[in-house]
Amino acid sequence: MPLNSKIPAGELNKKWEDYKSSCKLVNPANKRSLEILVIGTGLAGASAAAALGELGYKVKTFCFQDSPRRAHSIAAQGGINAAKNYQNDGDSVHRLFYDTIKGGDYRAREGNVHRLAEVSANIIDQCVAQGVPFAREYGGLLSNRSFGGTQVQRTFYAAGQTGQQLLIGAYQALERQIALGNVTQYSRHEMLELVTIDGKARGIIARDLVSGKLERFFGHAVLLCTGGYGNVFYLSTNAMGCNVTAAWKAHKKGAFFGNPCYTQIHPTCIPVSGDHQSKLTLMSESLRNDGRIWVPKAQNDTRKPGDIPEEERDYYLERRYPAFGNLVPRDVASRAAKERCDAGYGVGASKMAVYLDYAAAIERYGKIEVGKQGIANASKETITQLGKDVVKEKYGNLFDMYAKITGENPYEVPMRIYPAVHYTMGGIWVDYELMTTVPGLYALGEANFSDHGANRLGASALMQGLADGYFVIPYTLGNYLADDIRTKSIPTDHPAFAEAEKSVSDRINKLMNIKGKESVESFHKRLGKIMWDKCGMARNAEGLKQAITEIQALRKEFWSNVFIPGDVDEFNPELDKAGRVADFLELGELMCHDALNRNESCGGHFREEYQTEEGEALRQDDGYMYVAAWEYKGESQFELHKEELIYDVVHPSARSYK
Amino acid sequence: MEHYNMNLTLKVWKQKNNKDKGRFETYKVKDISSEMSFLEMFDVLNEQLIAEGKEPVAFDHDCREGICGMCSMHIDGRAHGPWHETTTCQLHMRQYKDGDTIVVEPWRANAFPVIKDLVTDRTSFDRIIQAGGYISVNTGNAVDANSLPIEKQKADEAFAAAACIGCGACAAACPNASAMLFVSAKVSHLALLPQGDPERKMRAMNMVNQMDKEGFGSCTNIGACEAECPKGISLENIARLNREYLGAVFSGSSNE
Repeated sequence: MPLNSKIPAGELNKKWEDYKSSCKLVNPANKRSLEILVIGTGLAGASAAAALGELGYKVKTFCFQDSPRRAHSIAAQGGINAAKNYQNDGDSVHRLFYDTIKGGDYRAREGNVHRLAEVSANIIDQCVAQGVPFAREYGGLLSNRSFGGTQVQRTFYAAGQTGQQLLIGAYQALERQIALGNVTQYSRHEMLELVTIDGKARGIIARDLVSGKLERFFGHAVLLCTGGYGNVFYLSTNAMGCNVTAAWKAHKKGAFFGNPCYTQIHPTCIPVSGDHQSKLTLMSESLRNDGRIWVPKAQNDTRKPGDIPEEERDYYLERRYPAFGNLVPRDVASRAAKERCDAGYGVGASKMAVYLDYAAAIERYGKIEVGKQGIANASKETITQLGKDVVKEKYGNLFDMYAKITGENPYEVPMRIYPAVHYTMGGIWVDYELMTTVPGLYALGEANFSDHGANRLGASALMQGLADGYFVIPYTLGNYLADDIRTKSIPTDHPAFAEAEKSVSDRINKLMNIKGKESVESFHKRLGKIMWDKCGMARNAEGLKQAITEIQALRKEFWSNVFIPGDVDEFNPELDKAGRVADFLELGELMCHDALNRNESCGGHFREEYQTEEGEALRQDDGYMYVAAWEYKGESQFELHKEELIYDVVHPSARSYK
Repeated sequence: MEHYNMNLTLKVWKQKNNKDKGRFETYKVKDISSEMSFLEMFDVLNEQLIAEGKEPVAFDHDCREGICGMCSMHIDGRAHGPWHETTTCQLHMRQYKDGDTIVVEPWRANAFPVIKDLVTDRTSFDRIIQAGGYISVNTGNAVDANSLPIEKQKADEAFAAAACIGCGACAAACPNASAMLFVSAKVSHLALLPQGDPERKMRAMNMVNQMDKEGFGSCTNIGACEAECPKGISLENIARLNREYLGAVFSGSSNE
């Protein structure tokens, strides 16, 4: 099957305008009889469900949490990008487009990314209208800050809780549609199968996680807004419940998986403290606005950070990348940290950490405050105190979180940080309309593969989730449903529903009947270790081949020795988790195949065989300027389809932040 | 920071489902590191129970970074445990010492029925938001964001109220099981902003009415909610809600 990305013809900056003015529409009376299932209620899902409800479609939303407001978009800290150019610093739609394409190491589609940049400004307007309390200046206008990989200030934020405020905005819009009767909400429900009829997505099987009952839902279209799959690594900054299950079921029903190996390792996370660790906590990229990253110049230096004089510190990002300094993109910053630690310069008990130091920023801000307040001959203590107050206002909640987790005071001693799995650029393959290779099945937000290429820039995930949900799907879905207005709701006693439900129930029974000896958690940890060691920040062909064999063996062991306590027909979190880990055990293998296939380094995908003498990623544009879209052909069998990437406007070059 | 290990006794509420009466079970856990989070200590307990072929303790949790509002344990009589402005997932075991006994219960409020063990049903909060916790604006017709300047102090106050994570600690901590702090945080967030002004009266009325309908108790200004709120939501919000509510009642209830 040839892949058709359906990118509209014409000039890049006219494509979306042209599409919107020529796509098919559904009249209001017909919308009322068209049913949409939205799986997941994070930024993409909640915004899509709200926007579609407003249009008059009959929408049902599903989330595994107890409320749509808990989706993990809530944890995004730093901000959301938009090409507003409020700072008059040279920003534009084109520049946001260009930064995103370059940041993604020339592995994203021009058409999609340009559309994202175009709608970015509308997102900020929409959110402010909803009452999202973004940070403001004294003049009452919105404030901006910088993020990695850019040289303008285009990031809007609400302290270190931007994701929370945006999600609450979308959640409130969603709850309003529920109150108006346009949307029905199913919380503590998990999608466990996609139902297809005559090749089209027509519904899902979901499990009520409280009663354990399987339920059937019909939809003219199904939207997967289920987030990323970083939890395949066990330890990540994702929430405990984040999973690939809905996307993986869709994949097995015909939806191709795009670029599964593209994983974002975030450079600034609190390091692992021991085997008990259940998740890793991000320290926002916004901290790199003011914080300086360093390690001692001497290997195995055991002195306290405060005892290491300035000239014996190596500010390695500033040294290696003078143009962007501490604000290089995430993939570059992460690899640089790993390089220093592997070479023996790491700090802390584990030696797998670097310092993120605020002393210079505190002094700088303190001096500014002293000037503002007109204090003559200010003492060092006064300057430090005033500087700390400024830092507290900007980053207080992040500093508090660091202190709670580590027991150390980051205002006094530098934070210790290390890279951790954060985001997955890969995901379900979609065309320009966000439709997967299964007609009527769409993927939005982190669940799709589309806009970030091989590396996502900071503050762009929130932008993409809301762009897809508020501004893209309301148009593209209508273009599909316009041809489906004669399709009456299909009763869920249709054989396709019965068959799908039976396959789900058979699998659950099979899991419960293994009655082995090892816990789900233990298998998940073992999978995570294989993935991190061999398909993590650095990969090589031999390691990936080993990983594939090891994952296959682990999967076999899982299906013969996992133990799930409790019963099927009750609230049973261990059973929920078992289903998710079983799917991760299949996805992990595909990620390794994809990483092995891609004989180049690009963005977050770093193959050790392909690097420059200075250790930078070395792309192979001749052989790999394509999206790898994998088709499921049975256990351990995946067929590769290639979507060539065509650059009409941007000229791919070696990505440099020096 | 010095690290140490400890052995603990846990008295944990076990309740099979909503119909079951429920009871405390006593468990022992060993070699708990002071670096663990409280929920990681529960992970250890559950892995131990599973290894013994027993049923683990069900508890709600998700982000484990203090922002999703899913975790909800009542620990030694305190919602989210002893640390100030901290969710259970951010409470760390260096709070405890070897030999301690810790009592863990679910949220106790009629409007939060127990689903299993420490897991409760908090959908009443969703229904309160549905009653009016939003600004009625459809997607796609917003004006430029900077066309409406908002005083920084107002915006900051609105943000402070909007920081509520909807965890339910306020109602769980309140002797009357009142949800006033939750409701007032949303009413304040939206009433402080000019965008929220057109619907402010109806919003206050409808949200308070829904709160009553859900079976939450009345507010008698005790202040336990503020003391236990993991996000430091202030009692001033309740004062503001009272003004909004009374204003709405005396002006004839709705926005007609």
